[in-house]
This record gives sequence, C-alpha cells and structure tokens, in this order.
Amino acid sequence: MEKPNDTKSGKNCQPPRWATRLMEWYCRPELLEDLQGDLSEYFDRNVNSKGLTQARIIYMLDVLKFFRLYTTRKPQFIDLLIHWIMIDSYIKTSSRNILRHKLFSTINIVGLAISMSVGLLMIVFISELSSYDSFHTKKDRIFRVISQDHNQVELASTSVKAGKEIEEGIPGVEDVTIIRRDFGGDAFIGEKVLPISGLWADESFLKVFDFPLLQGDPATALREPYSIVLTATTARKLFGEENALGKSIRIDTSDYLITGVMKDAPKLSHLRFGSLASFSTVELMNRETDGGFMDWASVYMNYVYMLVPEDGSEANLKMNLDKLCARENANQNNQKVSLSLQPLTRISIGKTLGNQLGPKLPNLAIWILSGLAVVVIISACFNYTNLSIARSLRRSREVGIRKVIGARKSHIRGQFISEAVIISFLALVFSFVLFLFLRNQFLSLDPFVENLVSLELSPTIIFYFILFALIVGIVAGFLPALFFSKVNAIQVLKDITTLRVFHNINTRKALIVVQYIFSLIFITITIMGYKQYKSFLTFDLGFKTENILNIKLQGNQAELLVKALSERPEVTAISRSLIVMSLGSRYGTQMKYTNKSDSAQVMVNFVNEHYLGLHEHKLLAGKNFTPKPENVEESEAIVNEQTLKRFDIGGGEPSKALGEVISMDGKTLTIVGVVEDFHYETLEEKIEPMVFRYFHYGTNGYVNAKIVTKNLPRAMSGIEGAWRKIDKVHPLEARFYEDQIEEAYNQFSVMIKVIGFLAFLAISIASMGLFGMVVFTTETRLKEISIRKVLGASEKKLVYLLSKGFLFLLCLAALIALPVTYIFFDKVVLSNFAYHEPIALTETLTGFLLIMAIAFVMVLTQTLKVARTNPAEVLKNE
Amino acid sequence: MKGTNLGEFEELVLLTIAALMNDAYSVGICDELAKSTGRDVKLGVVHAVLNRLEEKGLVKSKLGEATSARGGKRKRYYTITNGGKAALVKSKELRDELWNKIPEIVLKRI
Repeated sequence: MEKPNDTKSGKNCQPPRWATRLMEWYCRPELLEDLQGDLSEYFDRNVNSKGLTQARIIYMLDVLKFFRLYTTRKPQFIDLLIHWIMIDSYIKTSSRNILRHKLFSTINIVGLAISMSVGLLMIVFISELSSYDSFHTKKDRIFRVISQDHNQVELASTSVKAGKEIEEGIPGVEDVTIIRRDFGGDAFIGEKVLPISGLWADESFLKVFDFPLLQGDPATALREPYSIVLTATTARKLFGEENALGKSIRIDTSDYLITGVMKDAPKLSHLRFGSLASFSTVELMNRETDGGFMDWASVYMNYVYMLVPEDGSEANLKMNLDKLCARENANQNNQKVSLSLQPLTRISIGKTLGNQLGPKLPNLAIWILSGLAVVVIISACFNYTNLSIARSLRRSREVGIRKVIGARKSHIRGQFISEAVIISFLALVFSFVLFLFLRNQFLSLDPFVENLVSLELSPTIIFYFILFALIVGIVAGFLPALFFSKVNAIQVLKDITTLRVFHNINTRKALIVVQYIFSLIFITITIMGYKQYKSFLTFDLGFKTENILNIKLQGNQAELLVKALSERPEVTAISRSLIVMSLGSRYGTQMKYTNKSDSAQVMVNFVNEHYLGLHEHKLLAGKNFTPKPENVEESEAIVNEQTLKRFDIGGGEPSKALGEVISMDGKTLTIVGVVEDFHYETLEEKIEPMVFRYFHYGTNGYVNAKIVTKNLPRAMSGIEGAWRKIDKVHPLEARFYEDQIEEAYNQFSVMIKVIGFLAFLAISIASMGLFGMVVFTTETRLKEISIRKVLGASEKKLVYLLSKGFLFLLCLAALIALPVTYIFFDKVVLSNFAYHEPIALTETLTGFLLIMAIAFVMVLTQTLKVARTNPAEVLKNE
Repeated sequence: MKGTNLGEFEELVLLTIAALMNDAYSVGICDELAKSTGRDVKLGVVHAVLNRLEEKGLVKSKLGEATSARGGKRKRYYTITNGGKAALVKSKELRDELWNKIPEIVLKRI
C-alpha cells in the first residue's frame, strides 16, 4: 500500500484529468484556483497514505461533492450575446473560406450530398411507413385481434366466432367490427360488365374506422344483406357521372343495392378495397351450408377489429381474451387457437403474420435500412472531419490570431460548427436533387415498394430535412471544432509545424484499405452481375422469342380470338400454348414408357401445330403435330432429347424413337417428333425431360401471335380492338415474350441496381477518405518536397515519391477484394444457375481500373500541385 | 440576521482563523480543527463555512504566492475582520454571562 515518495513527482501520479476538467467547467473562476489547490494537496496526501488508486477515487468524489450552489458559475449571458453578434462574422469567414477553396468545398459538399440523399430517402420512407393508418381519429384505441392456429402459425385473421364472442361476452369493448376478405366478381350494370373487388364488412366498420361516406347513411349502409358501398373511384368506373346511390347491381348471380358512396381510402391504409359488401350477406349465404363458418377454429378468412374505450385497460382485455380462449379451446380436440391483440398503428410495420391484409414491411427491414443509412452518413461525416483536420495547417494560423484577439474556445467551436452547417445545408440542396432522382429509382425497384409507399413531400418532411442537415452539420463539424478550439495560439503563431494533427496514421491507412475493399467488392459484383444479367436476357434458349406477343385468354374461346387476330395485317402467325416457357412457370406430370414400374416426372406444355414453327424450335427427327378437331382424343407427343435419355427410348437416337409409345395421365401417346433440348425453365434450372402435347382450342392458356409492324402503337391498338370484340369485361393482357423474360429476371435487375448504388456510395466515401489522406500528406511534407526540389529532384520523381504509398494501399485493397469477389460470385451467386457464361477477366478488372483511375487522378492532381510549387516560396517563410 | 449570530461550527472556524494568524488557509484550518476537536472535519464543510463567513463580512481573504506544492495553485489566506472579532467577543461574553448565572452547586455534581 505504501507508495515510495518519489512517485509523487512522477507523471502517472496525477489526479484524473476529466475530474479536473469538470471542476474547471462548473466552478466559479474566483474560487477555482484555491479549490483546485486544496484538492491537489489532499490528493498528494492520499497518494502517500492510501495509494494512487484510492487517492484518485477520493479526488473524483471530492470534485463531485464540491458541486454546490455557491461554487457553480452562473450562466454568462454576455457569452451568448457575443455568440449572437459573432454569428455574422462566422458566416462571413466560413463562406469566404468555402469560396476560396472551391475544390475542397465541392468535394465536401458532393461527398456529404451523396450520403445525405440516402438519409433523405430513409426519412421520407420511414415517416411514411410510421404514418400508416394514422388518419383514423380513434387510431390509438383500435386493436386487431390476431390468432395463432394449432400449427403455431401466427395469423392476422381470426374466426367469426371470436368476433361475436368478444362483442357479446367481453366487457370494456366499445365496438367490434368483422371483416372478411375476397369479396368480388363480375358486376353487371345493364349492358356493362366490370370486375369488382373489395371486402365484406359489417355495420360497425364505418363507425370504428374513418372512411367517410359521400352519400348514404354510415349507420345503416352495411346493415342489410346484399347492400354494398362503393368507393368514389369504383362508382365512377361503374356508373360514370351518374348517381350511384340507390341503384342495384348484379354481382355474379346476386343483386346488391348500393347504399353508399365512400371517399377513396388514403394510400397509407392497410385496408385497401374498391367496395364494401355487407357482412350480413356472408352470414346469410353460409347459414345453410355447414362449411364451418361459425367454427372457433376457422381462423383463415375473417378479421376482427375492436375499439376500446378511452379508459380501457389493455391488460384487462388481454386477460378476458385468454379466458375466452381457454373456454373455447376446452371444446376443441386438436384445433386450439390462441388470440392476442395488435394495435392498429403497428399493423403495417409490426411483426410478420400470415393472411396479412394490405402491404407490410417487417420491422427488421426498417432497422436494417435505417442502420445502413446511418452507417453511410456517419462515414460521410467522418470524411468531412478528416478532410477539415487534414487541412488544419492552413487554418490554425487564423485560429491562433482569433484567439490572440480574444476569442474563447467556445467561439472557435461556434465558428467551425457553423462552417460545417453551411456546408451541410449546401449539401442538402444537392442531395435534394439527388433524392428526387433516387426516389423514382427506389419506387420502380419493385412493384411492392410502389404499392407500399408514395414518398411524397410535405411541409413536415421538409422540416425534417432541414433538421437532418443541421444535425449532420453539427456531427460533421464537432471534431474539427474541438480540434481547432484546442489549438495553442502562441504555438501555432511561432511555429506551425509543431502542430500534431493525426496521432495514429496507420489506423487511417487501414481504414482506407477497408473502404477500398468494400468499394471494389461492390463495383465488381455490380459489373459481373450486370454482364450476367444481360447475358440471361440474350441467352440462346433454344427457340426464338423476338416479336412474339403472348396474349392471356382469360377464359375466352381461343378460336374466336385466333379468328379475330388473323384478320389483323400485323399478325403474321398465331399459335396456342398452355404456358409461356422459360419464365419460371411449370406444369409437370408423370410419364411411363415400356417399363411400367418406372415412372418419372416430366415437364409438359400443351401447344398446337403452329407453335413449334412460330418459335423456331429445331426438330431433330419426325414431324410436327397433325391438326385435329376439338373432340378427337389426343394421340401424339413431341419430346426433347433429355426424355429420350431419361427413359432410354430408341437408345437415345432421335430417329429411332419415332413411333414409340409413351403413357401419361392415363393416355397413350405416340412420339411423332423429337426437338432439340431447350430451356423450359429459367436458367437457374437444368434442362429436364419435357414433352409437348397437342391441344386444340380451349379457354385457358395463351395465344402467341407473331407481330411484324413498323408502327407498334397502332398494331397494339388494333390487337386491343380485336380483343374488345370478344371480351368486353377484362382488359387485354398481352406481353411481348422478351419483356416477360426480362421480368422473370427482374429480381436480378433490382439487386444490381441496389448493389450498384451501394458501390457508388462506397466509392464516393472511399475517394473522400483517400483525398483527405493525400492532402494531409502532401501538406505536411511540403517542406521536405521543397528541399528535395532544391537539391534537384525532378517533378516525376516527386510525384512518384508522394503517390507510391497510396497506390500501394489501393493495390493491397485490390489484392484482397478481387479474389474474394471472384470466388464469391463464382461459387455462391453463379452456383444458383445451371447455365451461365463464365466470368471474364475484363469484368473482374474493369471495376478495379475504374477505381484506380479515380484515385490516381486525385493523387496525381494533389501531388503534382505540391511538386510544382516554387520551393523558394515555401522555404522563405521558415 | 446575517453577521450577528454565529453557529457552533462557524465559531470554531472563526476561532481557528484567529488562532492561526497568518497561516489560515482552508486545508490548514481543516487540519487544526481536526487536531483540536478530534472530529473528522470535512474539507467541503469548512469551505462552505469559510464562504459563508466571508459573505457575512466576518473574515476577509486574499490569494498568497504560488509555490510548487498544491499543483502550482495559490493558497487563499483568511484573516479575521473587526466585525469577526466583535462577533467572537460578543459570543464569549454571552457565554460568560450564562456561566456566571449557574450556581456552583449544580456544577459540583458532575
């Protein structure tokens, strides 16, 4: 315990610095010196008697104990006043500084703007998600009853019985409404037929939720069976400008009376519908048929929402629900259901449930997205900090003079933070432009996103943006401000080179390598992925897809459509098929050959005699289908090479397989032709045995039309007209084969876009970081360079000397990143694809060369600038 | 009223300042008090009292010269003012008066 006396003067024998600082901060200046002296006297005593650790603890406690009313300094309003007066000066010097160093300001602004645009996107996205369903005035009191079925699957839906029991049996519930999904059908109004869809809802629905009626009485609109409430849009679609209220429409086979017209529901609602039919209709329809409608365990179709009174207790309610479950589950054998509550505002961003109504995003996704945004913004702020401190040699003299004139630390801090805030506000302008672009890209990423949010701007959002820029500015400017406020005025005015800027340069180097590794990985994956994606779209599938329009029949007679289409001049050939191949949809059945015990699944497509010719499939042997009338039993099959191999038909020889008999679906078919292998599935799957079977006209599947035209819009409207003639209800669903293929690989295009954007971000952040390092190195080595120059070093040599360190770092990053990316892409990504093109060396190196080029330009411009400075100018000042 | 009444601890501190003459600074007072009373005297308490006494005008203080001890910080020396002296005298007189009133017989019992 006893410490030797000589440690007393040792460096490690100091009271804790932070405690001393704390005291300096809170204590009145006139009391400070004496108090500090007293404490340090005690400290020395304690070190000798009790040891260093205890002495330090006592010191800290004493500092805290002295925090008393009479020792603390009063807030100095004069300080605030000075700040206020000086703001003008801060802004002036900051903007002068920004203007003088245009390159730096641009880099700072652009760097911040790129990252901030992600932040803006996240702000809009998250604020929109969290305002889902918030237009209901009673939103805080509405709960959804969710259930867990006997398989422990959590469902958003619940049973009708639960709804009724809650309504009747549980006290402290103000209102209950039951909704049933999948209302819809074809609506007939006089001559017109239009599809209609929506929800079944009971009479409390319009009371619990805020869906105002434009016409009709909300209290009674959904009471009677066979009443229906239309949204304004649906009403306009059905009746045009006519008044819809009180009219009757036939939906499928029943007549409904329109009892209300509703204002269209806002987009940010998890309940989305075009019409509401009264729930009493369902009850009436299900009364006779014993389909388990009122069963406790039929929890898959209906939704129950309840409104609790303002003073209602959720715990109480939960208890009553549990009681209800226990009672009902006692009558069940193995179909036990448990109920719980979900607040309305948590429906769209809460946990993932089965049978969800409306769009939803899992909570985790929001956390990941915002975490990513925060990481991006923090790294951008860090880069700003780095760059500003790296340039401290230039600014610290200014700070020194300010201090000599009388600026306090807080004034210097104010100046640098306001400079950062100005930069971040300028960045906000750029990032806003970037955001507008990014928003469209984000929305078009996936139909799901577009369905989920609209990312609209509002005054509140703009306010958030400004607040965000302010915070970014303060965060980015905090460390430079702290650094400059600590600058010792005398020291920097006497000899500026004594300023210690970065303590650990190696950490910074490591950081740069890491940043570049990520940049390289992202950009290389983007380039490789894009190349592969393009190759998927142009992959030789074994048949032709150009100019083929696939028209979905939607239950119409194919014969009629074919007839209508053949009258169009732009349609040169027409065929029929059950499915469109190579898009991922499949139709399989069991097939047998001579060995009756060997049956295997084969892929099937039903086509007519024109199909193979239109798609230019290559027949290796045999002939096409013989046309047959509708009622003749099918007897022919055309198979691919894999089928021959799998079943060993004709020894795998196409010509020998002709005439062989196979059986599938209880039918006996003769092989009349063999086609070359082609891609029935997407390129992710291997080519499997596949059989073409013959079918004539029917009402399902597609009609494939080959279109040859110079004027596509006119051709399409002609086809639309042909469709209208045979189907007045459903809109034409026609897609070009190539577009469909593009859509089938859409997920990859989405991924490439996202990763590409990440690459862009990573590169811009890494470049900023590198730039900061280059500037720092060149500025600190200015004197050395000048002396070298005086001694006769050439510019070339100097540039090499300065830049070789950085280029080494980049090469190190590439050495790690490129093999990792290659292996990852080859072994992980491409292993999902049975067919793909090999990764070329060019794709691997393009990203690296691009990044190297950017880095090289940055390094070169800065080092060249230094190498070209007049050594006399630099050395003169010393 | 301020400046008239002295608390017990205040009186002790004031007496110590008077006794220490020219060497009365916070830690010194603290030590002296601890020695004479045998109590565990806390620096914080002494400090607060010194501050209060100065507010009441019973003591005045000035900073001494810097030495290498105390982390190079100067000591604040306290001296008793006339008001302080008067307060001490007054308090002593009050006690003496009360002492004189006590019959001797009462004290003998102890």
